[in-house]
Amino acid sequence: MFRTCDITGLKVDLRAEKLIQLNAVMAVVSLLIGVIAALLLVLTRWQVVHLLPVEWYYRVLTLHGLNALIFWIVFFEIAGLYFGSTIVLNSRMSSPKFGWLALILMVLGFLLVNFTILSGNADVLMTSYAPLQAHPLYYLGVILFAVGALTGVFLFFANLLIARKERTYGDSLPLFTFGLVAAAIIATLTLATGAIIYIPTLLWSLGIIKTMDAGVYKLVWWGLGHSSQQINVTAMIAVWYLGAFLTVGGTSINEKVSRFAFVFYVIGINVASAHHLLVDPGPSPAWKVFNTSYIMYIAVLASMIHAFAVPSAIESAQRRRGYTKGLFDWLKNAPWGNPAFSAVLLSIIIFGFIGGVTGVVNGMEQTNIIVHNTLSIPGHFKGTVVGGTTLAFMGATYYLIPLVFRKKIAFFGLAKIQPWLFGIGIAVLAVSMYILGAFGVPRRHYDITFSGGPFTYTFNPAVDFFWVLFALGGLLAVVGALAWILIVVISVFFGSPVKGPQDMQLQLASPPPPAKENHGFEAPGTLTLTLLFMGVFLIFLLLNWGWLSAMWEVR
Amino acid sequence: MALLPPEEGWYFKRVAKDEKMWITIALVVCLVLFFWMIVWHVYGKQNPSFTTYRTTPQEFNALTQAFIQKYKIGEEKGIPIVEPPPNSDVFLLGKMWAWEPILVLKKGQEYRFHISSLDLLHGFSLQPVNMNFMVYPGYDYVLTFRPTSAGEFYIVCNEFCGIGHHMMIGKIIVKE
Repeated sequence: MFRTCDITGLKVDLRAEKLIQLNAVMAVVSLLIGVIAALLLVLTRWQVVHLLPVEWYYRVLTLHGLNALIFWIVFFEIAGLYFGSTIVLNSRMSSPKFGWLALILMVLGFLLVNFTILSGNADVLMTSYAPLQAHPLYYLGVILFAVGALTGVFLFFANLLIARKERTYGDSLPLFTFGLVAAAIIATLTLATGAIIYIPTLLWSLGIIKTMDAGVYKLVWWGLGHSSQQINVTAMIAVWYLGAFLTVGGTSINEKVSRFAFVFYVIGINVASAHHLLVDPGPSPAWKVFNTSYIMYIAVLASMIHAFAVPSAIESAQRRRGYTKGLFDWLKNAPWGNPAFSAVLLSIIIFGFIGGVTGVVNGMEQTNIIVHNTLSIPGHFKGTVVGGTTLAFMGATYYLIPLVFRKKIAFFGLAKIQPWLFGIGIAVLAVSMYILGAFGVPRRHYDITFSGGPFTYTFNPAVDFFWVLFALGGLLAVVGALAWILIVVISVFFGSPVKGPQDMQLQLASPPPPAKENHGFEAPGTLTLTLLFMGVFLIFLLLNWGWLSAMWEVR
Repeated sequence: MALLPPEEGWYFKRVAKDEKMWITIALVVCLVLFFWMIVWHVYGKQNPSFTTYRTTPQEFNALTQAFIQKYKIGEEKGIPIVEPPPNSDVFLLGKMWAWEPILVLKKGQEYRFHISSLDLLHGFSLQPVNMNFMVYPGYDYVLTFRPTSAGEFYIVCNEFCGIGHHMMIGKIIVKE
């Protein structure tokens, strides 16, 4: 039932390992579909090419959203949850049978959703806002997937209980698993919300319920929609800590702080979903302000705490190794040739500077008027969930391939530059989308020349430049993602086996020497970088408020 | 230690000076942002606060048609052009895939917009000022606008509403 890993010394439950592998494979398959769809979408929205016909544009957009934002990430997270609750804790899988059941439900859901979309029966986009209606099998697919994922999350909790009871680790959970616990708690609430909204929607599509209230649907749906991205954020940050530890032996300079920040996510982050309703007719201004600011800022604060804690973990470890010259000697001498390291660092930068900064503007009641439903919104989540989560997960696989699949990384030279290709591509794409949205370009829109409409409207000519950037960034990101998929598939199915530590291409950092007594700053370089971030953040906010004040008056 | 249990006594370890500084700065910024939104409700002139009434597509359509009859001054491409007096109630209807009617407003005057949909969700995106609001069926969303610039403005639908979504564009003319 167990093997002992000759590289890490950890006990590996072979039944868990199989499930981790299969979930990871499904994740990669989903991402591949999402990336192919992305390529078609970039070439359609860039008006110069305008590739797809209109009905296929919305169909492929639906396909892209579900595969890239839901299936890829959730399959990967379920793999991560099993990994974090068994192998990391030296423990066993509570119930492999239920693990298989979860996987089968999720795969069935995945197949139903993709089938209904491709057969033209679910052109409803990811949000599927009622009264827009899809075929009942589409909703059934989503429900099966959610129930399967929920089963996986419960298995994670069961695994934790067993590990605790059998005392397979010390007194406290490792930080990585602790972060996953936070993610799993958020996931439970999120997936339950998903079931609550999709069950009546299924009955409505079957004609059993006569009407669906558009406002109620949207309110409850976002309890699933945005919170599911918060699972990703939380899991991503757990992976950041993991990456810092594996690549340079970095550990939080204060674990208490890091753990409290995870607790803040659990408290605050779900309610932040309210920011999708800021310019809607339903909820009152007091409800909007309370939920998006008072509560959301607990989560924003948590993100800012992690934004210091992860880089400072890296800095502190590097300083203890002797890279103490100046503010950034530690960064210069970081293992840049290790793709897991560059992926984590790029993920932190893109998530913070692009995703985080824009997220706060989107989440403020008044400035939301500028961005709502424009291309800025997907621009924002390209910065969070793609440049942040997806890139972090890609980085983590460079360790998972040798450790879990026991295969060497194929095309290692390509792997070294892959995070850069993808990260730079996504960053350019996200920024250009955000700016296009600021010029008013709508999201989910087939033809911004409005051909066939009663009038035409031409956006500010400056958008032409950003459309070119959009196309370049998008194509580069697609190349980066395909490179990753190629590396993963070739390594896993055709790679040469890893027989022991000598076959590890990546460094598994040993712990740095203990710190000397220190009364000054622990991480002055990180502090400088975070202060720089704060400056950018405040300038961006001021620009948006200034711009808002110049608009038509509305109340 | 991301993969190992934390070292003994981790809970009581003092927080480093720089980390404490950063958390304090971040907390202050968060609090300021929270109060700023409330302050803007009092002193700012752009707030999506509103009155909303329950309605039905039939009722809202009837109200809009009556409004069009009352203030109609012409037609463009089959869409009625309507010039309501300042400070009055204005009805704007979104449906697959058109906005009705075309509005003629005066710069600097207030208008109480009633916005609703006959079918699906639509997005009211006013260009080039770039102000964006949601339009629901069954909800009469009342927003009081004061145009502060003159010229031709367009209402782009920015919520997916079917195959003809990209043709859904309306017009507002603001006179000096």
